[in-house]
Amino acid sequence: MNLAPVLPILIPLVAGALSLACWRSIRLQRLIGVVATGLLLAASIWLLLLTVDQGFLVVEMGSWPAPFSIVFVADVLSAIMIVLTGIIGLAIAIYSLASIPNGHQRFGYFPLMHLLLAGVGGAFLTGDIFNLFVWFEVMLLASFALLTLGGERAQMEGAIKYVTLNLFSSAMFLSAVGLLYGMVGTLNMADIAQKVSSVDDPGMVTVVSMMFMISFGIKAAAFPLFFWLPASYHTPQVAVSALFAGLLTKVGVYALYRVFTLIFTQDVGYTHTILLWGATLTMLTGVLGAAAQFEFRRILSFHIISQIGYMILGLALFTPLALIGGVFYIMHHIIVKTNLFLVSGITYRLLGSYELKDLGGVYRQRPYLALLFLIPALSLAGIPPLSGFFAKFIVVRASLEASEYLVAGIALLVGLLTLYSMIKIWAEVFWKKLPEHVTDDSALKGEMKEPRSWALYLPVAGLAVCTLIIGLYGQPIYVLAETAADQLMNPQLYIEAVLGGQSQ
Amino acid sequence: MATLMAYVIGLLFTASIYMMLRRSIVKLVIGLIILSNAANLLIFVVAGLTRGAPPLIAEGAQQITGTVADPLPQALILTAIVIAFSVLAFAVVLIRRAYEVVGTDDLDQMKDTDT
Repeated sequence: MNLAPVLPILIPLVAGALSLACWRSIRLQRLIGVVATGLLLAASIWLLLLTVDQGFLVVEMGSWPAPFSIVFVADVLSAIMIVLTGIIGLAIAIYSLASIPNGHQRFGYFPLMHLLLAGVGGAFLTGDIFNLFVWFEVMLLASFALLTLGGERAQMEGAIKYVTLNLFSSAMFLSAVGLLYGMVGTLNMADIAQKVSSVDDPGMVTVVSMMFMISFGIKAAAFPLFFWLPASYHTPQVAVSALFAGLLTKVGVYALYRVFTLIFTQDVGYTHTILLWGATLTMLTGVLGAAAQFEFRRILSFHIISQIGYMILGLALFTPLALIGGVFYIMHHIIVKTNLFLVSGITYRLLGSYELKDLGGVYRQRPYLALLFLIPALSLAGIPPLSGFFAKFIVVRASLEASEYLVAGIALLVGLLTLYSMIKIWAEVFWKKLPEHVTDDSALKGEMKEPRSWALYLPVAGLAVCTLIIGLYGQPIYVLAETAADQLMNPQLYIEAVLGGQSQ
Repeated sequence: MATLMAYVIGLLFTASIYMMLRRSIVKLVIGLIILSNAANLLIFVVAGLTRGAPPLIAEGAQQITGTVADPLPQALILTAIVIAFSVLAFAVVLIRRAYEVVGTDDLDQMKDTDT
């Protein structure tokens, strides 16, 4: 049995169990956290190299042949997502060493983090639609606990909205899986894809596809289903926020990509047009919401929504170039967005606030931190030569080629407004003088010795280097995205890889 | 039978959404519980109702003969029930903690984190 597609799930699961076994020793848990996420990154890079080299990797659980067993399938898109999970996992594990209070670590922060990574990895790799639901739930349960760890009032209020809407989405997903099973009699995604075209009632298939769209739309925070995100993402510890911002909504986006390229392609004119306008409005409402905010993490939360719009836009246009753009955008966005949250955590450590009006003067005292903010911020806004420029460029060009001029115009306008938001943060946090009512700036002036502050700066710098690499050496990344998009555009390859020669 | 069950499922979905739209967080969680049950029942009915025919191979035979109940949806529902149980257990603890911290069970007064 080929281990490569299973390792990215096994490593975090084992690490989570080990961390639980070391409940009393947070030193051991920290060590396991960093080592295991490092191993996860190594395993994920191995998986990516294998998938680029050999195409699809399929593992059948219990060695039952394909439509009967639960399969794990790694194509290039899955492998890319897993590598990103590894990068973010390692960055967060290191950042957590310094930023998560000991009390949180004693109450199981690290086991939950590993469980979340396992859930995310499972969702990316599974080739079975019900198994996808199970991994979603694993991920959700871990995220519920991480979100409420600490138990402050804002966390509780945010968590109620987050839990309710996500459970609603899960129930919708489960109902859709049930209806789909009733029509095609199988749960294996490749098998569904092959049988769904011969269903008697194509209208019903479209109905079920809309249920999937709403369910994944809630998880991806697409318009108009995103309200849980800005209500909850700014409440937990910043490392948790950054982990969620990087990975969770992108699992929803990945599920949309998987389902709407593999299974529901029978009525593209209907489903993908809805996706297109959903994506456009997601971009626009997200960025306008951010413009109205004056709290560091809330601005960033609204920008997650607006960026999700670009990714779904890549799927909605459904041309090879658009899918390349979408995949490229996901790669760029996960790294940049996590990095911005991590920077907001550092300024919080320095000045004790996320409110822009209470922040200021960071550039004068910490010019290198300002630089580390500027790289992801300008990349998010799409300034060349950083990664965001190429991501936006491909998506906008794809929409122009598809003659969607209004959508392309909105995408460009949203880029401009993103720049506005980023400059607002830059001017308020880094450029302006420290407001006079802020009295406790001893941390900013470096008068207090920071324990383990390298653990805060190392991940930020590492992710900034990733952004630069994606921007400056874009060609190999583009080729990778091209391979992934190529596989997405030819679902027959996926079906043959999973079901072998027996496809009818 | 299937028609009757369809009405029951519809009723459960209606009831759950009505409960979720009310202001008390306790009723919200009751709504979520009913919702997960409605989804489970939907899977059960959609896959086809077969009465009194367990999917067992008769002694000495090589394969099943005749119509039998599909065992897969039942396995799905079992999994979904376990998951729903754990998630709802969390939700119940959450609303209790939220009630302690916020001091009210009224959702309309939990607007601090909204924009």
